[in-house]
Amino acid sequence: MLKCEQFNKICVALDNCEHYQKFKVYKDKILALGNDSLEKTIAIAVALCLVCAVLVSFSAVALKPLQVHNKELDMKKNILDVAGLLQEDSNIDAAFAERIEAKIVDLETGDYVEDMNAAEYDQRKAAKDPALSVAIPKDKDIAHIRVKAKFAKVFLVKEAGAIKSIILPVNGYGLWSTLYGFLSVDPDGQTVQSINFYDQAETPGLGGEVVNPNWRALWKGKKIYSETSADMSEPTLSLIKGVVDNAKSGSQYQVDGLAGATLTSTGVSNLVKYWMSKEGFAPYLAKVRTDKGV
Amino acid sequence: MSAILNDETKKVLTTPLVNDNPITLQVLGICSALAVTSQMSTSLIMALALTLVTAFSSAAISSIRNHIPGSIRIIVQMTIIASLVIVVDQVLKAFAYEISKQLSVFVGLIITNCIVMGRAEAYAMKNPPLESFMDGIGNGLGYSLILIIVAFFRETLGSGKLLGFEVFPLTKDGGWYDPNGLMLLPPSAFFIIGLIIWSVRQWKPTQVEKADFKILSISHGEGGHH
Repeated sequence: MLKCEQFNKICVALDNCEHYQKFKVYKDKILALGNDSLEKTIAIAVALCLVCAVLVSFSAVALKPLQVHNKELDMKKNILDVAGLLQEDSNIDAAFAERIEAKIVDLETGDYVEDMNAAEYDQRKAAKDPALSVAIPKDKDIAHIRVKAKFAKVFLVKEAGAIKSIILPVNGYGLWSTLYGFLSVDPDGQTVQSINFYDQAETPGLGGEVVNPNWRALWKGKKIYSETSADMSEPTLSLIKGVVDNAKSGSQYQVDGLAGATLTSTGVSNLVKYWMSKEGFAPYLAKVRTDKGV
Repeated sequence: MSAILNDETKKVLTTPLVNDNPITLQVLGICSALAVTSQMSTSLIMALALTLVTAFSSAAISSIRNHIPGSIRIIVQMTIIASLVIVVDQVLKAFAYEISKQLSVFVGLIITNCIVMGRAEAYAMKNPPLESFMDGIGNGLGYSLILIIVAFFRETLGSGKLLGFEVFPLTKDGGWYDPNGLMLLPPSAFFIIGLIIWSVRQWKPTQVEKADFKILSISHGEGGHH
């Protein structure tokens, strides 16, 4: 009832308002005009645009906090998933805050950058910002991403003070889309724990199988760099055609290709190759290996 | 109930299901029917989104139909439709984030879906708001029906699942069903929609279009040497 009274009050106030009465007169005048007169056409167009603009901006502004929260939650869920910490009923925000630490890495030197706020840094946005990104020379751009951010946001999973896994953001072009994902590795900077693509638009059922848990499980324990390589900056790990024969030597550097998705498989191979090379995280992983305590 | 559902509303609600189906008879809205039907869940959300947009845009356009200047008629319709689609997109992003990620651009493309414009121009411009709203719901349901049928075949045959639950155990997971990869690609929807149109027209021969011109059989005497 209170609302009804308030509404009546507003109506009375409007009736008493001189401007509103004037507006009403104008409105009636314009509506009485012929539909094809110039004045009415302009008036209808303006009025419609105003109403639609209010509707659209209201929904965009009112729903923004929910959308931002959804996005963050989704990202945290993916990071927890690749860290192997995602449980059905766990509170994602709490689990993330408790177990995972975000760090900024300077890709060129491989050092941590302490004077940047890791929580607020968005690597995908930075890759589009000329001040924060570098163009990749064509001959080195095997992942077909053209630009990369100067600083990468990595996530460390800690357990009893020691690092349990390092989660690296990776991206590269598949068949239809740029695949964005995370690769988690052991603190030895060599053994893969898991891989997870959180943003991709490959063919569902073929290249889209990059999200299949069965295929993702094949990555566990694979080695990124050949044991014979001197400085561990040239990754050997790649996807092969067909199924990996685990009895053969070298199978630790191979993952099954996706059936019916040769181009997506090549894309995944290339993005791993690119991000694990000197262009990507090799300098950082080298520092992690020598400096266990980071 | 009978007061609300008068004959006209009943007619506009039911005829688009089979007799005047926007996809099988009018052959509109094919693009999204190809794009989103590889999974049942995305099809259902798309169907719901399109039904709501068609209903509300028809109602809105119909309520101002007597004041829409003829020269900017289409632009006025587009503005209303586009605004509603943006609202739907924002709502999906806020409340069904996973689904909105899968539908990606296709929600935005409802703006260009021929069914929405078609109903606005063909029905809402000439009829009162309530009937136009119901007409939008009816055509949305007709679209939904076809989407659901197509998605049913594509998801079960293409990935052995329905709404994400396993129907046929796949060979790669140790079952017996070898999925048909073609079903996951957009062209398969063409075949399925084609088969649906064919069977509907077999059932209701009045839907078969009259040929624009007759193909003459060439008799040997006259037309043999072209």
